[in-house]
Amino acid sequence: MSGILKRNIVGVIARRGLATEVAQEARLKTFKIYRWNPDHPAEKPKLQEFKVDLNKCGPMVLDALLKIKDEQDATLTLRRSCREGICGSCAMNIGGRNTLACLCKIDTDVSKQTKIYPLPHMYIVKDLVPDLTQFYKQYKSVQPYLQRSKVPEDGRENLQSIEDRKKLDGLYECILCACCSTSCPSYWWNQEQYLGPAVLMQAYRWLVDSRDQASKFRKEMLQNSMSLYRCHTIMNCTRTCPKGLNPGYAIAEIKKALATS
Amino acid sequence: MAKRLSGLQREVLQMYRQCIRATYSKPKASQPNFVKHIRKEFRQYQDLPRKDFSTIEHLLRVGHRRLEMYSQPEVKDIH
Repeated sequence: MSGILKRNIVGVIARRGLATEVAQEARLKTFKIYRWNPDHPAEKPKLQEFKVDLNKCGPMVLDALLKIKDEQDATLTLRRSCREGICGSCAMNIGGRNTLACLCKIDTDVSKQTKIYPLPHMYIVKDLVPDLTQFYKQYKSVQPYLQRSKVPEDGRENLQSIEDRKKLDGLYECILCACCSTSCPSYWWNQEQYLGPAVLMQAYRWLVDSRDQASKFRKEMLQNSMSLYRCHTIMNCTRTCPKGLNPGYAIAEIKKALATS
Repeated sequence: MAKRLSGLQREVLQMYRQCIRATYSKPKASQPNFVKHIRKEFRQYQDLPRKDFSTIEHLLRVGHRRLEMYSQPEVKDIH
């Protein structure tokens, strides 16, 4: 019996010790990526095809994009930083949905092509890089910082109860990747005036923070027909948020707060 | 000179004038440098077909952004 066991163990060790790889069939996945170069602005944007062997590539779309950039075409331009879904740089439209490339698993069905576009209805700096200056200006306009008229009682900390802190859960985790705003058709058609779900959710985050004393002023800023009320509860924002947040709900809460004030 | 300028042509000319006027607030010694740079940038695309709206609009946008950046008072010379 020990002899059989020894043979089995030896067999296992021998198999594990094989340094040569078993020749695997290359699983080639086709990616069609939007390309456009601002150095030749007269050339129209086009889709370029790349084939990537999934056996030699990580599971996420960002791994495939970086593999293409390393091995096939170094001019492919994309924003990426943390590779773990916390910075929000790699937001792009993959297979029709706005997500972060570092969190989006590659669909391993090699008979289908994956289309990768930049965030929809945004001006493009190059290839997959959108121009987010308007988005950041809108975020700045909502004054996303604590505003108090009085110093706290003990002179040190702005104290907050546990229930009040719970109100901020689901709001503070926003990484401002712009996936939700660029998935909203209302934002596509009124980009200059409508603030968009991302910015409105942050406005709500500051409205509902018990430590902030400028809520009257913040509500007044939203009392016009365009900055908030272009939202028609299309709810594309909640569907596409890569962090699982709910901007549509936050906007509804703002509307409720404005209606009852 | 074209008979009637189209909207886009007028916008390009307005932007050119805006850029030149922005150079009046720069120090006297570097004003010719700015003017030379503006003329070079505009000359680069002077052969673009009149009907290529998307490219012209893109260049106008890029131009406005660069104009905003260069018209800041901290920028005193170019090249």
